[in-house]
Formats: sequence, structure tokens, C-alpha cells
Amino acid sequence: MGKRKISKNTRQSFITYGVVIAAYILLTVLASTGALSSTFKGLLVPVCAYIIAAISLNLTVGVLGELSLGHAGFMSVGAFSGATVAIALKDSVPSEWVRLLIAVIVGAFFAAIFGFIVGIPVLRLRGDYLAIVTLAFGEIIKTIVTNLYIGKDASGMHIGFLDGDILERGGKMILNGPNGISGITKISTFTSGFIIIMICLIIIFNLVNSRSGRAIMALRDNRIAAESVGINITKYKLMAFVISASMAGAAGALYALGQNTVTANKFDFNTSILILVFVVLGGLGNMLGSVISATVLYVLPETWLRQFSDYRMLIYAVVLIAVMLVTNNSKIRALVSRLIPGKNKDKEDEKNV
Amino acid sequence: MSDFKFEKGKMVPVPSHSIIPERDIGKTPVLECNHLGIDFGGLRAVDDFNFTIGKTEIAGLIGPNGAGKTTVFNLLTKVYTPTRGTILLNGIDTSGKNTVQINKMGIARTFQNIRLFTNLTVEDNVKIGLHNSKKYSTIEGILRLPSYWKTEKAAHERAMELLSIFNMEHLASWRAGNLPYGAQRKLEIVRALATDPCLLLLDEPAAGMNPAETAELMENIVKIRDTFQIAVLLIEHDMKLVMGICEGICVLNFGQVIAKGTADDIRHNPTVIEAYLGKRGAE
Ligand SMILES: Nc1ncnc2c1ncn2[C@@H]1O[C@H](COP(=O)(O)OP(=O)(O)O)[C@@H](O)[C@H]1O
Ligand SMILES: [Mg+2]
Repeated sequence: MGKRKISKNTRQSFITYGVVIAAYILLTVLASTGALSSTFKGLLVPVCAYIIAAISLNLTVGVLGELSLGHAGFMSVGAFSGATVAIALKDSVPSEWVRLLIAVIVGAFFAAIFGFIVGIPVLRLRGDYLAIVTLAFGEIIKTIVTNLYIGKDASGMHIGFLDGDILERGGKMILNGPNGISGITKISTFTSGFIIIMICLIIIFNLVNSRSGRAIMALRDNRIAAESVGINITKYKLMAFVISASMAGAAGALYALGQNTVTANKFDFNTSILILVFVVLGGLGNMLGSVISATVLYVLPETWLRQFSDYRMLIYAVVLIAVMLVTNNSKIRALVSRLIPGKNKDKEDEKNV
Repeated sequence: MSDFKFEKGKMVPVPSHSIIPERDIGKTPVLECNHLGIDFGGLRAVDDFNFTIGKTEIAGLIGPNGAGKTTVFNLLTKVYTPTRGTILLNGIDTSGKNTVQINKMGIARTFQNIRLFTNLTVEDNVKIGLHNSKKYSTIEGILRLPSYWKTEKAAHERAMELLSIFNMEHLASWRAGNLPYGAQRKLEIVRALATDPCLLLLDEPAAGMNPAETAELMENIVKIRDTFQIAVLLIEHDMKLVMGICEGICVLNFGQVIAKGTADDIRHNPTVIEAYLGKRGAE
């Protein structure tokens, strides 16, 4: 745009793109020279998936200002719908890239639908009900997937709930209840993970620096003022939340298609909290921070700090509290006060219009 | 009394309880409240509030603390739903509308306790006020289509133009929460104006300002009315400001209108003097 100074936001987004691209090139070169251990190589796809999960949760927590405690639930929806589709299409779509693309889109789409279903009743309410409802959502999804059976036989696809006996002789189980999906062809690659990260970053930054993004941040900063200038609160809350959920779904599909086996237990409450830790430690609203903290905090316990990995959640909890105390960030404080009943900031707000 | 006009085939009557200025007589009043009231539990916060504001009038709403002035603003903007009475905006009944619709119909406001988007820049605060006039879709924004660049440029230019009312263009890239207090109040007014209102509600705009700032604000309120040709209703404790620029004044006490009239009427009204002195005596 002519000679206009590059704004702070634009600069921030380009720094983030730059860091991600540089890291991708560096790791690709290292991998091709054989400098990366096989453990490390095996972590590349999951790290990409958790980075996407973290930046998408940051859209809900940092940009929209709502707390979600069930983000892993959306990953789960994306993982199982995406992997099911990828397996079902294995014969009809030979290209791995196309199959992955379809799986990621399907995963994002189903997660978006669930995001909409969860969001529409909750985000209309004034107050902090989203945390509780998403928490329940995560558990419900886990239970549903654990009891869900999907298979394919000569007469087509079959779905069973609670009952795994759905196939004729010679059929093949895809999603096998508590055993999850096994025998996945690993079609997710580091490059595909990198591309999805870039797409998600571009969507988030372009959204934030546009009319809709400003509306979302306006209602985060001051709901009553946002309404007074004619911003439709429910619409923009729902928009941000659905975009966030769909990105988590894409992350789930990417993750699942990089594993041999996925089970519903992989996406439990601990995983939701793990992603939240990435976001809080990386800084609310800071996408580069989420990318870095997701990478470091995912890789460390899996490699050099392996012996401590049992204490992972404990350590994160302590670090989380330490960060809150040290930064004394008003947003983090607001987030904590949401978790403590009776300290409802929004209600206070309402009385002082 | 010269420009009586037939609008949409029927003459619009000016209500008997109005004190609207001569130039506005014959036009539909911008705002007409009839028997407006609200209860909070047992408390009648506002009762039987009748008030009319002309198209280009600067009107004042005064009264002791807790009289119900801010509550009137919250009723007009549907932050609270009235228990009783009607509100007509440009002759259109606003019952059943919500805050967002009211803003789209033409009422913009500021808040007694400043409510800015504190983490965003000054320019973004104004652009958020332009949300419903400078439009493009979310997809166009994410894909950065030509409409994005075109509309953003227009929004930037309009935001700068509006900020220039208070000579605040140089503050455009500041974080709103870091502005000095007086500038925050002005930014709230700019943001409200950005929504292109026909009625601007100002809740204690001079609170916390020094006399020089207040004098400048007075000039600017008149300037805003003159350039935008809109009506202004303001709540203010600074009597110099109220008496200086308000054409019609309404005095509230304990939720009731105790007096209504021009600055001169109000200044010499014994009930008003008693309400104010009575309160001061108690302190
Ligand atoms: N949401 C509410 N719930 C209960 N009481 C309220 C509410 N809002 C205002 N009030 C009461 O209404 C009265 C008028 O308040 P307000 O309109 O803020 O006065 P002011 O004239 O100082 O602006 C006060 O007694 C206040 O306590
Ligand atoms: Mg007040």
C-alpha cells in the first residue's frame, strides 16, 4: 500500500512466517543430511499437529478471550473422521497427497460442525460457560469414539455404536471401538504439516488484521462497548470459535495420519490442558509464542527429558502458575478468575455500564 | 416557526412537553420518550420520563448522583429493557430492538466509566466504530481480495478524518489504554461518531478534565453538532458546560423529572436549586 509505514501487526506476522519457514528449511536440510535422529524425525509430524492445535486455541483464548478446556475434543473429531476417510479412500484415491488433503479438509469440516453445535448455545450466553461446556464436550467425544465402530465390507460402509458386530464376512474394521484406528498408512509428512501451519497462520493473521478480526478483539476487550457500536456479538464469537475448532480438526487429521494407531484416549483432558499450557506459556494472542512453546514443550519431554516425562503435567502446572505470578498479566488473571466461581468479572462489568 | 413541513404526507406534531429549538420545529424530533420508566426490584430508577430532542439540538440531562441519568442512557440504547413507556427515534418505535439494532438506527454513546478497546490502537478503535459503514466479508478479508484493500484504505482515511476533530491523528498508532484520561474520553466520542449517528449520547464527557480541556470540549461539541448536523444529549455535572451549550435541559432527581426548560429556566427554578443544595447540605 504505497508508502504507508508497515504496521506493528504486519511486522509481527511476517516475523512469524519467517521463523516458521526458516525452521522448516533448516530441519529439512538436517534431515536429508542424516543429522536428525530417528526419534526426532518421528516427532516432526506430531509437533506440526500440536503447533496447529496451539495456534488455533490461541485464536479462541488469546484473540476471542474465551476459555476452551476441550480443544483436544476437536482434534479427536478431526483425527477420527479424517483417518476414516483416508482409509476408506485408500483404493479409489491412489495419490497420498490428494488423500491427505481430503482427510484434512474432512477433519476440519467435521470439527467445524461440532464447534458450531457446541458454540451456538453457549456463546449466546453472557458469562464464562464455554470452559465448562468444552470440558464436557471433550469427555463426551472421547466416550463416543471409544464406543464407535466403523467398518467397510462388500456392501459398503457400516457404523455401529456400542456394538462392534457390523460387518459381513470378509469386511474390514476401520474404527474399532476402544482399539481405535490401527494399520494407518502414514501419509502425513513434515512438508504437509508445514504447509498446514502456514495456511493456518495466514488465516489467523489476515483475520486478526481485518474488519472481522477487529470486531472479535473489540468484543473481547469490552463487550458492552462493542455492542454499542453495532457489533453482533454472537456472530463474531461463533465465527472465531468455529474457525478455531476447524483448525484443531485439521491438526487432528494430520496427527492421526502420521501414526500407525490412534485411540480416543490420546485426545483426553490432559491433552486439552497441554495445548492450553502451550498457549499460555507462549503468550495469549502471540502466535509465534505458541509455535515456539508447542515445539519446545512437546519435544523436550519426548527426547532429552524422557526420564521426567511422567511428571510432565505436574511440571507444566507448576510452570503455568509461576508464569501467572511472574507476568501478573491481566488477561491471565482474568482467565484464572474465570476458573474460580464467584469471581465473575463480566457480571461486575455489567453493573457499571 | 417558518418551516412547517409535510413529511411523508402527514405533518409531524411536536409534543407539548418539548423544548426543542426553533430551527427544529416542524421536523420530526430525533428522540421522543413517553412515560419511560424502569424498576430494579423495588427501586423505581427512572419513572415517567418524558423528553423530546430536536434534530440538531444540544440537550442536557442533569441531576445529583444516583438520580438515574445513566440509567436513561441505558434505556435509550437498550442495555436495559424499559419496564414502561415508549421511545421513538425519528418517529419510529424502538421497542423490541436490541443495542446493536439501536446503534444501526442512529444512537451512539459514550460511557461514564470509559469503555475503550484498551488493547487495540486508537485507529483500530475508530475503525471498529466504522464496522457497519465500511464493510467487506470475512472471506474477502482473509483472502485479501481487492475489496479488502479498497475498504481498508477508505476506513483508514475516514478514521484519520474523524480523529482530526480533536487533533488526535498523531496518536493513531497508540494503544488506546495508554492514552491520557482526557484523550480517552475524546476517543470514545470519535468512536461513537464513526458509527454515523443521528443522536449522540455523552455520559459525563468532561469528567476528570481541567477547565481548559473542558472549554475546548464545549467548543468541539458545538462543532460536532454543526458539522454533522446531529443531536447531542449530554449528562454533565459541570454547570458551565451545561448552561453554556445546552438548548434544552432536563433535571432528574430520584428517577423523576423535576424540571425541564432552557438554561435560564433551570438556573432560576426553585425545585432544582433545592435538589442541588439539599444534596450539598447533606454531604
Ligand atoms: N443494573 C442495576 N441494578 C440495580 N440498580 C441499578 C442498576 N443500574 C442502576 N441502578 C440504580 O439506579 C439508580 C440510578 O443510577 P444511575 O442511573 O447510574 O445514576 P446517575 O444519575 O448518577 O447516572 C441508582 O440508585 C443505582 O444504584
Ligand atoms: Mg451516571
